[in-house]
Amino acid sequence: MKAKRKRLLFALGGIGLLSLAVALVLSAFEENLVFFFSPSEIAAKAPPASQRIRLGGLVEEGSVQPTGEGLSVQFRVTDGASSLAVRFAGALPDLFREGQGVVAEGRVENGVFIASEVLAKHDENYMPAEVAEALKRSGNWQGGQGAEK
Amino acid sequence: MFHRFANPARFMAVAAMILPWMTALAAGLLLVGLYFALLASPADYQQGETVRIMYVHVPAAWMALFVYVAMAAASASFLIWRHPLADIFAQAAAPLGAAFTAAALITGSLWGKPMWGTWWVWDARLTSMLILLFLYLGYIALSQAFDNRERGARAAAVLALVGMINVPIIKFSVDWWNTLHQPASVIKMSGPAIDPSMLLPLLLMAAGMKAYFLVVVILRMRARLLSRRVQVLKLLAAET
Repeated sequence: MKAKRKRLLFALGGIGLLSLAVALVLSAFEENLVFFFSPSEIAAKAPPASQRIRLGGLVEEGSVQPTGEGLSVQFRVTDGASSLAVRFAGALPDLFREGQGVVAEGRVENGVFIASEVLAKHDENYMPAEVAEALKRSGNWQGGQGAEK
Repeated sequence: MFHRFANPARFMAVAAMILPWMTALAAGLLLVGLYFALLASPADYQQGETVRIMYVHVPAAWMALFVYVAMAAASASFLIWRHPLADIFAQAAAPLGAAFTAAALITGSLWGKPMWGTWWVWDARLTSMLILLFLYLGYIALSQAFDNRERGARAAAVLALVGMINVPIIKFSVDWWNTLHQPASVIKMSGPAIDPSMLLPLLLMAAGMKAYFLVVVILRMRARLLSRRVQVLKLLAAET
């Protein structure tokens, strides 16, 4: 066998084996690689109140309201199948609005998610305001699909 | 095939021919691209004016991946077929790729603070992109870590090939795992989810950055080839 052919096979074999190893590691750590859990996943897992987790989903339409204690607000985060009440005291990001995706970090206490941080999740749609208006008027609006699944 | 162009003398001739045109093209595309990106494009319905950061962020991130793939391909060609020009290309491209990666990370962070509400999160996309920066820096360090230049080049080329595994992870991280980073807008099955008035500056900037990369990489390769020629001439002069 020529040296060139040998080096080619060696490189291909090495990359193949390495890819396999990385794929196995990544699939084994799947749980730790996801950035957030959906309300359905949290309902199924029922994490202890001591465990800090991240919750991701859409802010339910019409659910945002002040709790009456200072700046604190309450809203529901939904993934379409199930939803979870979130309480948060602090500054909300610019993109936070109803129907928009959010990721909250905190703990579940008595069925309420007590968030210490709320991040907005932007979707992949980019358009000028006039186009967004026109889509809404023509009934072709598909907004608020920010968070996947 | 490539062998015809893998000859350094022929490369110098082709480079001299391409360089002025490519420089003009890069300057033109980047100027027009910046005009559309900063002035002649609309604000986004959600992000407002902050969307303009995207016109630098996204092309820089594309370049970060493109340069890495080119560098890994050149490293493979150097390791397997021993093309000397392939190694010179890979070493010339590495600092550029690192700069594009850093630009994507920094502009992304500047966008993330007002939009997400945070400078940085350890989600799969951001973390894999940071690893790409470390791969570039590792490649540069390794290629210069040996007294014997050939050994350093070979060790760095192996690292570039190994790091290639990170590229599909970066690209598909937003699909495989849920992340804070949004999924792809331009290259996706159902067509771009971005308005044509915003796609135009994005593509102009992407083409401009690619042309800029070619200009600088050719300049760097030429400098390396010339410095080698100087070394050879010095050796010859010392012998006679």
